Amino acid sequence: MLLAGLVILWCLVWGQVTPLSVLTGVVLAVVISTLFYLPAIDLSGRVNPWYVLVFFVRLIVDIARASIEVAWLVIDPRYKPSSAVIAIPLDTRSDLIMMLTAEAISLVPGSIVVDVDRQESVLYVHVINVHDDQDLAEFREEVFATEKRLVMAIGSKDDVWRVRQPNHLTRSNTGGAA
Amino acid sequence: MTGDGIREIITITLVMVAALMSCAAGIGLFRFPDVLSRLHAATKPQILGLMCACAAVAVNTPRVATFLLMTAIIIFQGLTAPITAHMVARAAYRSNHLRRDLLIRDELADRVERIERSEESSTSPKQS
Repeated sequence: MLLAGLVILWCLVWGQVTPLSVLTGVVLAVVISTLFYLPAIDLSGRVNPWYVLVFFVRLIVDIARASIEVAWLVIDPRYKPSSAVIAIPLDTRSDLIMMLTAEAISLVPGSIVVDVDRQESVLYVHVINVHDDQDLAEFREEVFATEKRLVMAIGSKDDVWRVRQPNHLTRSNTGGAA
Repeated sequence: MTGDGIREIITITLVMVAALMSCAAGIGLFRFPDVLSRLHAATKPQILGLMCACAAVAVNTPRVATFLLMTAIIIFQGLTAPITAHMVARAAYRSNHLRRDLLIRDELADRVERIERSEESSTSPKQS
């Protein structure tokens, strides 16, 4: 699986599929995957193509919107720096979903994951341009929405059940205590 | 207008957007107050810039090979840029390269302190 992916990537980078490029790709893929052994990922085995599409479209829209926001902040002379580091307890128990959520919110401008608590599934996120608790609450909602979209796309049944719970928001309201 | 003309205009627009975004990233590096905020400026607007630049190339030379290569570039940038930002942010936070007076809330401080204290208590017996 990983091997095939690496070979395809190699051909992509060369921009051509010839016997030579495939052969060098296979050789390199074998060398790489023996030298840099990675533990297998726990896939949930569930993929919902519709929600995957929703996730990517929403991600690109978010990136575009937030990029413009940050770019504007940069040149806005009235901008008064004010940021926060907040703990965001996620509902998922899957490393992969947690990683992808962290990637997604890091990719969207305005937020960087500073630290992660893997056991507790808590992300510590630095947010820019927040001025009061209202802003923080809105940001939390956004992260939960991102997590929910990801779980709906590739999460396990357990996780789907968890993000669909109405008490989903209580965990954020208690600031991670629950 | 011919198809080529329209394509040129789209390419130019995309390249301009990409340039503006990279420019904003550069200015942000100067204007933002601490490492964490600067990371926002340094790593983020460029993602959109890069997407636009790649889209411009893809529009200008619409071949399957270019399109796939651009997709690969965007995916890898998208996967690696947040990791870089995270590693730098983490290091910056732990080495106190940030302006705490500008933070309206800091929920990580307690935890770092707690962990450091437990590390100290676990290592100190060995030292003595």
